[in-house]
This record gives sequence, C-alpha cells and structure tokens, in this order.
Amino acid sequence: MGAGAISGAGGDRAFSGATRLAALLVLVLMGGIIAVMAWGGRDAFATFGPHFLISNIWNPVTEKFGALAPIYGTLVTAILAMVFAVPFAFGIAVFLTEMAPKWLAQPLGIAIELLAAVPSIIFGMWGFFVIVPVMAQDIQPWLIHHLGHAPLIGAFFSGAPFGTGLFTGGLILAVMVTPFITAVMRDVFTAMPPVLKESAYGLGCTRWEVLSRIVLPYSRTAVVGGIMLGLGRALGETMAITFVIGNSTRITSPSLFAPGNTIASLVALEFPEASAGSLKLSALLALGLILMVISLITLSISRMLLRSRKTSR
Amino acid sequence: MSEHTPAERVPASTPITVGAPEVRAVEALPAETKISVQNLDFYYGDNHALRNINIDFPARRVTGMIGPSGCGKSTLLRTLNRMYDLYPGQRATGRAMLDGVNILDGGLDANTLRSRVGMVFQKPTPFPMSIYDNIAFGIRLHEKPSKSELDGRIEDSLRRVALWDEVKDRLKAGATEMSGGQQQRLCIARTIATKPEVILLDEPTSALDPISTARVEELLDELKGDFTIVIVTHNLQQAARCADQVAFFFMGELIEVAPADILFTRPRERRTQDYITGRFG
Repeated sequence: MGAGAISGAGGDRAFSGATRLAALLVLVLMGGIIAVMAWGGRDAFATFGPHFLISNIWNPVTEKFGALAPIYGTLVTAILAMVFAVPFAFGIAVFLTEMAPKWLAQPLGIAIELLAAVPSIIFGMWGFFVIVPVMAQDIQPWLIHHLGHAPLIGAFFSGAPFGTGLFTGGLILAVMVTPFITAVMRDVFTAMPPVLKESAYGLGCTRWEVLSRIVLPYSRTAVVGGIMLGLGRALGETMAITFVIGNSTRITSPSLFAPGNTIASLVALEFPEASAGSLKLSALLALGLILMVISLITLSISRMLLRSRKTSR
Repeated sequence: MSEHTPAERVPASTPITVGAPEVRAVEALPAETKISVQNLDFYYGDNHALRNINIDFPARRVTGMIGPSGCGKSTLLRTLNRMYDLYPGQRATGRAMLDGVNILDGGLDANTLRSRVGMVFQKPTPFPMSIYDNIAFGIRLHEKPSKSELDGRIEDSLRRVALWDEVKDRLKAGATEMSGGQQQRLCIARTIATKPEVILLDEPTSALDPISTARVEELLDELKGDFTIVIVTHNLQQAARCADQVAFFFMGELIEVAPADILFTRPRERRTQDYITGRFG
C-alpha cells in the first residue's frame, strides 16, 4: 500500500480507530480470561461453596478440593520474599544512589537489571541444586537449633530440615524480585531533591539519619508502590517455586520449613493430569481466578500508591 | 604558593586585597576572627574552582560575598561546612580555621562541624513534616530536651524569625503548605534552633518576593548579635544593606574584601569597580 492511500483525514481516522481497537483488545482479553476462569471454576464453586477457600484438603482420588494450602503457601512465600528482599533492595538502592562512586554504580546497576532478565527456570534449578542442599545441611538445622524452642516464633522454625519448603521458596522469590524493588527505589531516591538532603546534612545529620528521617518519609508511598510491584510478581511466580517448594497439598504444620505449595505451582503441576470436564480441572481454574484476584488487588494498591505520590507533589 | 604562618596573617579587622595585601586603617571592624581561610584551593574534579583564597570572617558580623555566577562564592560557602564532602571528586586544599581548628583536615567530624556551622539554602527546604517537627528535628539530632524545653526552644526560634504569630495556631500543619517567604524563615528558625555559631546563607532571598526579602534582611541584622553570618548574594543592594564586610569574587579568585561602605564607594580594584557599577556580571 502506498503512502498516499492512508493520507488525509480518512487515514487519520483509520489510524485512530486502529489504536483504539488495540487498546480495547487489552480490556477484552483481560475480561475474557477472567470470564473463562470463572466459568471453568463454576463447578468447583458450586460443589464446595465458600468452603473451597478455607478447606485444607486436596484429594483428587475422593474428588475433595480445598484451596487453603495453596493460598496459604502463596501468601507465606510472597511475604517471606518481601521480608528478605525489601531490606536487601533498600541497601542496594541506597548504596547505588548515595555512596557508590560512579565507576562502580553504573556497572552494578546494570548487573542488577540483568538479574531481572534471568529466566525463572534458571532460578528454579539453581535453587534446587545449590540452595536446597545448603538449606538442608546448614541453615535450617542452625535455625531449628537456635529458634526452634523460642516462645511464640518457635513453631515456625521447627520440624525436619528437608531443604525444600516455604522458607526456601520465599528465599528464591526474594532473589527474583529484588531487582524490581531495587529499580523502583533507586529511581525514587534519585528523584529526591539534593538540596533537601543537603539541608538535613547541613543540620549535622549522619547518612543514616538523612535516609531514615528525610529520604524515606519523603519517598514513602513510592517505595511502598515498588514493594507492591515486587509482591505482585512474587505471588504469580511459578517455575522457580515449583522446584523448591516441596509440593505438599496440605498444611501439616506451622513450620516454615514444611513442604507447601503455591497456587501457580499447584496448577502447573496438576493441570496435565486433569481431564476435560472433571471437577479437578474446575478446581484448578477456580484457583487461577483466586490468584488473579489476589494479584489484581496488590497491583491496584501499588498503582494507587504510585499515583498518589505524583499528585501530592 | 607560599605557606602562611598565622603570625604573618593580616589581622581580621583589616581589609585586604589579594595579591597586594596592604593595610588600610579605615573603619576597622572591632571583632575577633571566627573563621580564617588561608591559601584555600578548591577543585571540582579537574576544574580549579577557587584559587589561593585568603579571607577572615569576623565573629558576630555579617560578611557578604558577591560576584558574577560561577565566580566561586557559593563554593567557598560550601567549603565552610564541608558540604562538598558528600560528593566524590570535590576537594579542598589549604586551611579553614574555625576558632583555630582546621576544619579541612578531618580533625573535626563533618556532623559536629555542621552542627556548629548551619546553612540556609537558596530555595526554602522545609522537610516533609509539620512546622513543629521541622524545628524539633534539628534540635533532637544533637540533644534530648524535655517536652517543655523543646516547646520553649521552638517557640523561641519561631519568634526570632518573626514567624510565631503567623503559625502558632497551626504548628502541626505541614511545613510545605506555608508560603515561600514563611518557608524560608522557617528554615532559618530551624538552623538557629540548633544553636550554631556560624550561619551560612546561599542567596537566601533570591526566590522570595520583596516583602519577604525585607523581613529576612531585618532578621539578619537582628541575628548578627549572636551568630557569625556569611551570606552569598547576587543583590548588591542587599550586600550593602546587610553586610559589615563585603568580599568580591571573580573567576575563582578573591579580588577584594573591605568594609561594605568602602567596597561600594571606593573600591581598590578596577574589576570591583566595574562589577558594582554594572559593567559586567
């Protein structure tokens, strides 16, 4: 088609129509995915009712399905990932923006961005072959020995050191989401007006005082937004988690070292064995819908926080 | 570059010109020296921004620093509280003696130095917290006052900058909601609340309207009873009104320093004459 064919007002209208169509297609896709999962999961919701969400049973033989274990596993690994990743990412971002000399800050920043591009299957294999043995032989026995009998938190660090489990899953997730959180934090800290930091230094603040009392409060909402972004990714991560989570479909103990499961990982593992029209397939689709709702909620919160930061300036 | 010994130095009260130090016994300032800068050179990486600066800042007097943009006056100001320390690649050589102690050789740690040498910036820099907390922040960095003492110190410093009556009913309101002039006076209040000995002001009124500017200038006059003040300004009238001693900088050199009335009426140097009469800058 020659350039002349799409010139003039007609071409302009066609172009504007095409862009609108592309934009609308996203909404249609999104709605379609949700509708298919809700429709596919209707059998499970009809059979188990709201009990589906809180039942700690996943038994394909007797066709009794409950989502509690995978929901619990998803939330616990994601929260653990945040506990590990946020301080780490904060440290990296502070070092990159405040302390590192330029010759170091630039390659280091690029390296961290590259970490975000590592495929999750690589993290899964690395986790299984490198982290799990270290966990089983050193870290978990040490934690069980030292924290296993502590009041209140002891139950989280009890049981056998399998190496796999929720704790290891959270750790792998932390490594995967750290680059995302770091990137947001670095941008936010860079956007901080230097003169505001200088006035704090000018009063005699140490670096830590400037960071904790000026930079963090100033960028609070954006930092939280970045954390939520990482959380959203942690919730949906599948492949890496599947390698190290232990794949148990029941919550058997409060221990973080116990094997568990996440929604995404359970769906990936059991989907090939679910025949068309079965109640199991319906339960898996229902799980998918639940994961989507959880992710949408976290993402909306992060969007809201990031937006409120822009308008409040 | 020859090393000065303190005994060779020209007394603080004496106006000097760089290159040809010469005593002019006119209107000597009857004050001891608070900061004495000797043979100071400053570098931004390879850029030699200040060349062999020698100047004394008399205690409890206002020293104005004037000169065209990029002449090094702000750089000198940022040397006096070692703000340049925050940035790799910036360094100073020579000496800057605060009460006889060289602040450039690291003998005094930067946080202690900055609690003694406060700074006010060109744009108001209220912290994103309440008016009350803005002032409490600086005080709490170095002391642990009781609630009533803290309240008293905050009221006192707000009164000194003539802000108390305007904000006393909304101390818990966000500082960023104030007008620009109020914000700048708050920043000055925040600085004096920590009881520094020296206050550095970097064009503190260039972002303010004329009424706010006048208030800040009145304030300087009032504050110099207690503090040694160094102010960088592009406004020559302001330097003439506020400063006891004025220093003229040009292209990284200190051209001339003299009592304000002398520098503006009978400058020794041709370049000073040209600048104050508006021939360049």
